[in-house]
Amino acid sequence: MHRRDFLKAAGLASITLLSPAQALGAPRGRLGNRTLVLVELQGGNDGLNTLIPFADPRYYALRPRLAVERDQVLQVSGELGLHPALKPLMSLWEREQVAIVAGVGYPNPNRSHFRSIEIWETASNSDQVLGDGWLARAWGEKQTRNLVADGIVVGDSDAGPLIGEGGRTVLMDEPRQFINQARRVRSASLKTDNPALKHILSVHQDLEQTADRLESYLKGAPALRTRFPNTQLGRKLSVVARLVAADVPAPVMKVALRGFDTHARQHQSHPKLLGQLGDALAAFQKAMVEAGRWNEVLVMTYSEFGRRPAQNASGGTDHGTAAPHFVLGGRVRGGLYGHQPSLSDLQGDDLKHHVDFRQMYATAIRDWWGLKPNAALSPFKSLGYVKG
Amino acid sequence: MSLGFDNARHLLSRAGFGGDLKTIERYAAARPEEAARALLRGVRVTSSRPLPGWVNQAAPSRKERRANRKAFQKKRRNQAAELKHWWYQEMIATPSPLTERMTLFWHNHFTSSLRKVRFPPLMARQNALLRRHALGSFRDLLHAIARDPAMIVYLDGQTNRKRKPNENFARELLELFTLGEGHYSERDIKEAARAFTGWRVDRKTGRFEEAPRRHDGGVKTFLGRTGRFKGGDVLDILLEQPRTAEYITTRLWRALVSSEPDPTEIKRLAAVLRGSNYAIAPTVEAMLSSKAFFAPERRGAMIKSPVDLVVGTLRAFKLPLPSEERYVIRIGRRLGQDLFDPPNVKGWPGHEAWITTHTLLLRHRQLTQFVRGAFDKLPDHGPEALKKWLGRPDLDAAGALEMTTRVLLPIAPVHGAPNPNVTPSRLLGHLVLDPAYQLK
Repeated sequence: MHRRDFLKAAGLASITLLSPAQALGAPRGRLGNRTLVLVELQGGNDGLNTLIPFADPRYYALRPRLAVERDQVLQVSGELGLHPALKPLMSLWEREQVAIVAGVGYPNPNRSHFRSIEIWETASNSDQVLGDGWLARAWGEKQTRNLVADGIVVGDSDAGPLIGEGGRTVLMDEPRQFINQARRVRSASLKTDNPALKHILSVHQDLEQTADRLESYLKGAPALRTRFPNTQLGRKLSVVARLVAADVPAPVMKVALRGFDTHARQHQSHPKLLGQLGDALAAFQKAMVEAGRWNEVLVMTYSEFGRRPAQNASGGTDHGTAAPHFVLGGRVRGGLYGHQPSLSDLQGDDLKHHVDFRQMYATAIRDWWGLKPNAALSPFKSLGYVKG
Repeated sequence: MSLGFDNARHLLSRAGFGGDLKTIERYAAARPEEAARALLRGVRVTSSRPLPGWVNQAAPSRKERRANRKAFQKKRRNQAAELKHWWYQEMIATPSPLTERMTLFWHNHFTSSLRKVRFPPLMARQNALLRRHALGSFRDLLHAIARDPAMIVYLDGQTNRKRKPNENFARELLELFTLGEGHYSERDIKEAARAFTGWRVDRKTGRFEEAPRRHDGGVKTFLGRTGRFKGGDVLDILLEQPRTAEYITTRLWRALVSSEPDPTEIKRLAAVLRGSNYAIAPTVEAMLSSKAFFAPERRGAMIKSPVDLVVGTLRAFKLPLPSEERYVIRIGRRLGQDLFDPPNVKGWPGHEAWITTHTLLLRHRQLTQFVRGAFDKLPDHGPEALKKWLGRPDLDAAGALEMTTRVLLPIAPVHGAPNPNVTPSRLLGHLVLDPAYQLK
């Protein structure tokens, strides 16, 4: 059975919460002061056309229709370069605030969207099924009881790595609308044996408390002048920026960009997606600098898998394995991390991974929040791109 | 023994979209097997109103599309909206809600989406196919869906050919359509993909065809069997696996009975499915007349899907479906269930995932609007309007209020009984905004 089949999204254990005014003044700790912004690239981003091994003739041989010409690539090393659509990230790269982690994956990769994203979201081994998301197991309830939520998901209905019992996850399109609507929902006590009803009642309670707290933070928060692109991701990240700028304490904010499952005509869709990603991230960085919060956010991309090195017959690429990911922030030590998978050393038809995705998680837990990773993540070494 | 009110209400809410007082009372007098049989007798193989007129339209050629891209896209958008609206209308108007419940079940099982297929007539034909087989034979359905043009486009069958197999359909066939995760190997997927090479849609006619030159006629080994298999052989081998019946039964259980499958019941019902050569109707009948189905703790133990909520509420209050097509489509999409556009091949996860802080707020807003629309025009105060709505002028005020509550809610209201002395729309607003109204 799949985890999603019995997911307990947005569940709230009945814990005593402080009033909004108390919460405002309560000590928040690192979890309340530092936000991890997750950007999910839904569908499996094609790593080889993101971080391009332009010096390798095999890349051009494998992708006669899809390869990006050498002179188009935005060079980040002697062998590797970013897709030209990612140009908006280059000034940040030059300022050494972007870490590019090459070859991220896990052993015995699974090529099913659902299973692989589940592995990523729960930080499990390939052959292991864990019920809760990695972020739902990262800290105890007590550590975030003064915060607005454990995580805020903007513009999506899937809480992903935040799914789990005890965690308070809020999904919203826009905070003002959220507060207005939540005010109209009546709360009720939680005593019932009916699990479906219990779930609904916990959402009721969650709404009431969250709205109160959110309101107290947003009151009087200054407006941001930075303009965001009017795209799927641009709109979502502008909401995240407003929340962070208003000092809303939540350790995690998550957004997703859909459409990376590029089985066909990839030359049309993929550059647009990367362009949208680059533009939205660049705007987010500007907004965070404007708000004086760039040192307090860590932006991290993830995706269920990369894609096969060889293009397919439809001008696209099929589900693959390892791929590069990006980490951005004022406290990021920019540069290339990990190791680019070799095109002459494939496993079957796929890339070998060199960095376990859980190293990225362990880095966030240990170096970003200063917490002790749990048993599932403790064996994984930090990657060293967070300055502390 | 006869079902009684609560069981009859339970049956109608799970097998359809709920019933009015008269229907509930009619079923309440029947025995469980009789009730289930009566529902199955009414099952249809076609919709009660015809599909949109363009359902059999041929696909435009690339040339035609290029010549007027804008007009083509506009037409596609309009057809998509018309189709979605049409299905809502069918679910509201059908004399056999079970037919639509099961068609929706198969849509969520053999998923395809307009977003990927990009040609509404194919999706409309797939919908007709799913309805035709909805309570027929799973064997026929599986064979038909593997040859269904929308499915072929959705899971990239078009590019699945000899020496360049595309595994997408083969993977989902094993993982989601028949065996379920963990009951096959990566090798089985690759071999199955080879067997389906050459199954494609003729671009001119929009019909299924086998292209012999694209087919890989070599020997394949699939689930321990070896031979020069074609797609149909792979399907037959899958139907020989006991696991397939168990998997389908589990999916049915989760759609009709509960989010927690009962292993003993699954075994028993899977045997019915296999024993009847994959006849779906007797399996559903056995499920819907079982002790497990009528256990009191099952009442109100499932969360309504957005379609349950919207269709059920419009049916309950005899509200017309707003004729502006995009209105109801937008509601469904925002609540997390966009018909003909499931989020991915796995379909809607359903159950608790339907309700988040976000979607609960939207549900409340929508229900408030529906109820206002239904009762604002009535001049009567609370109980009088309720009596009219129930069709029971004989009841006294307290009786009408109690009966309304029992028709609308599967369990006692969490927020307590409403104040009878308010306007009917506020009174019903109180009931539909009760957490219990989200349950079925």
